[in-house]
Amino acid sequence: MKISLFITCFNDTWFPGTGKATVEVLERLGHTISFPLEQTCCGQMHYNTGYQVEAIPLVRRFVELFEDAETVVVPSASCVGMIHEYYPKVAKQADDQQLLRRVESLIPRVHEFSLFLTNVLEVEDVGAGYPHKVTYHPTCHSLRILHVGDAPLRLLRNVAELELLELPGAMECCGFGGTFAIKNAETSAAMLEDKVNRITETGADTCVAADNSCLMHIGGALNRKNTGIRTMHLAEVLASQK
Amino acid sequence: MKKNTTEIPPAFEESAGKYLNNPQLRRNIGHATRTIRGKRQVVADELDDWQQLREAGRQIKQKVMANLDHYLLQLEKSVEEAGGKVHWAADGEDANRIITGLIKEKGVNEAIKVKSITTDEIRLNKALNDAGITALETDLAELIIQLAGDEPSHILVPAIHKNRTEIMELFRDKLGNKDLTDDPEQLAEAARLFLRKKFLSAKVGISGGNFAVAETGTIVVVESEGNGRMCTTLPDTLISVLGIEKIIPTWRDFEVFMQLLPRSSTAERMNPYNTFWTGVSEGDGPQEFHLVLLDNGRTKVLADPEGRQTLHCIRCSACLNVCPVYERTGGHAYHSVYPGPIGAILTPQLRGLYDKSAASLPYASSLCGACYEVCPVKINIPEVLVHLRGKVVDHKKKNGGIRDKLHPEHIAMKLMARTFRSRSRYERAQKMARIGQKIFVRDGMISKLPGHLSGWTSVRDLKPIPKQSFRDWWRARS
Repeated sequence: MKISLFITCFNDTWFPGTGKATVEVLERLGHTISFPLEQTCCGQMHYNTGYQVEAIPLVRRFVELFEDAETVVVPSASCVGMIHEYYPKVAKQADDQQLLRRVESLIPRVHEFSLFLTNVLEVEDVGAGYPHKVTYHPTCHSLRILHVGDAPLRLLRNVAELELLELPGAMECCGFGGTFAIKNAETSAAMLEDKVNRITETGADTCVAADNSCLMHIGGALNRKNTGIRTMHLAEVLASQK
Repeated sequence: MKKNTTEIPPAFEESAGKYLNNPQLRRNIGHATRTIRGKRQVVADELDDWQQLREAGRQIKQKVMANLDHYLLQLEKSVEEAGGKVHWAADGEDANRIITGLIKEKGVNEAIKVKSITTDEIRLNKALNDAGITALETDLAELIIQLAGDEPSHILVPAIHKNRTEIMELFRDKLGNKDLTDDPEQLAEAARLFLRKKFLSAKVGISGGNFAVAETGTIVVVESEGNGRMCTTLPDTLISVLGIEKIIPTWRDFEVFMQLLPRSSTAERMNPYNTFWTGVSEGDGPQEFHLVLLDNGRTKVLADPEGRQTLHCIRCSACLNVCPVYERTGGHAYHSVYPGPIGAILTPQLRGLYDKSAASLPYASSLCGACYEVCPVKINIPEVLVHLRGKVVDHKKKNGGIRDKLHPEHIAMKLMARTFRSRSRYERAQKMARIGQKIFVRDGMISKLPGHLSGWTSVRDLKPIPKQSFRDWWRARS
């Protein structure tokens, strides 16, 4: 399959390893990847913070860049959530019927990485090996906007030598919430503290999720507390080999 | 909730810290919300058609909002035909004036009250007090709040922030029973003895209402204690105050709402007391019934197609109990009688978005979506939060002063929007960030950031931006 990769600005800049891992897994499965260099940001940060007018050109940009793609894969549940849930609203807000039609035709071809593997490619075993104790944090947008369900867990269960440890209170938000972590720093920190304590309780050495934004927030606290627990995007675990 | 009639409370983020740093409060609320949350899940899961019920609830409410003018007139007609009198109140002041007048007409200076957040919204007790009328709260939790001179912090469980020991101390002090222990039965008995006398002597009862049936003019109060039943049946005169959104079209609709509400609120299959009354019945219950229908900003909410769904709320408070923000700050940080996720969208719409407290509420959420998942009438709270954030920003852009324009967030958003519109600017910004961060990196980590970003590094480290971006790697590879 010809796959266009939308890496997201956050991964591109901060977590290039996730992008490399995504490419590696998909190529290992026999697919061809292209990466349009004109891509920047999906507009989620602006949209969710209230700068919705500013998101309009970013939505247009995304649509222009990817509307001819056969399939778009994105290693960020949160950004795919933005595209699926809010792109049509942005188009309506821009009062642009044509944009709305283009958005609606593109959306079914934009896939979050784990759902793409399990639902489109129908693979659960990608031939990975990761000899570590792992706990999985289901990020809110993967769970409640994209409804990934147990797709990431099924993928993790098929990783050789990986010991999967259940995270108590897994469904609870880690407290990231984009600009929420800055605007409501104290509340965010209180939520984070509980999440980090629960991750530590599991005895895992790696915390995995489908969103690097939440992981950067969780990882920052794991590091500050010297827990020795690392955070890792699902794609990087799936790219690891024995 | 008229603008400028009350002092503007602080923004959410300004007062949240005070509550976050109160360990007793966090324990009380954490324990209570986790317990109710678990129970709700059990009773919702036991219905196979729970999702269909939610959808039915949503559709009925949507129909009500689309035809509210018709249903309101139908309700007025039904109530008056059944011997009640309907009063229309444009705002809280109006409603308070009507109610005060009705009580004065009776020549009394006391009334007993059923728990009602709508009357809290319009600050009825204060208005009555100013007019020399004592309004006694009879719901146990509301009584606790009233005796303590406190504010409610939860829609359903107003005294959720207080534990048994705190209530024991309050009752010892205010009800004059020095031998009370913190045994719940003893505490309830103390309140019962105190209230019973009042029930028997009161001439006027005041209630809110969970639903008003347009077809028949029936008003409904669902409750757990039976004190509401006392207030709505014993006095000669009953005054009920309902927001205009509380309407359901027909009796048949209870099939849906009487399943959704108790399971979502108290996690019960049915409430212990469900009181329905239609106008007046000769020789049985109050012989005079007044229904005060309150707007107080609701028609303004109705006018906004995106925000309108907020009016579907049946005040079950399931969203408060699952909210990770509410669980940690409690209700007082919201500075509104409607706290939690529903409050974060309802308060600013009722009060207007443009004071700093109201404008901060749509941001008091991580947009985790847990509220939407449990809402029995499927209000997409995250969607409305984001919609309101857009309105807050648009307002600041149009009417904001120099401080708004120079706010670091505003500047950052504007700059980044420009950056993301062009590949070359974006790539240049990546390089500049990589260079610019150097002064903050110590031992491969950023542990201290200045100004607006210091909130991040107060409890977390920040991983520095690596040397090679993904796109650099991609270019080098191909």
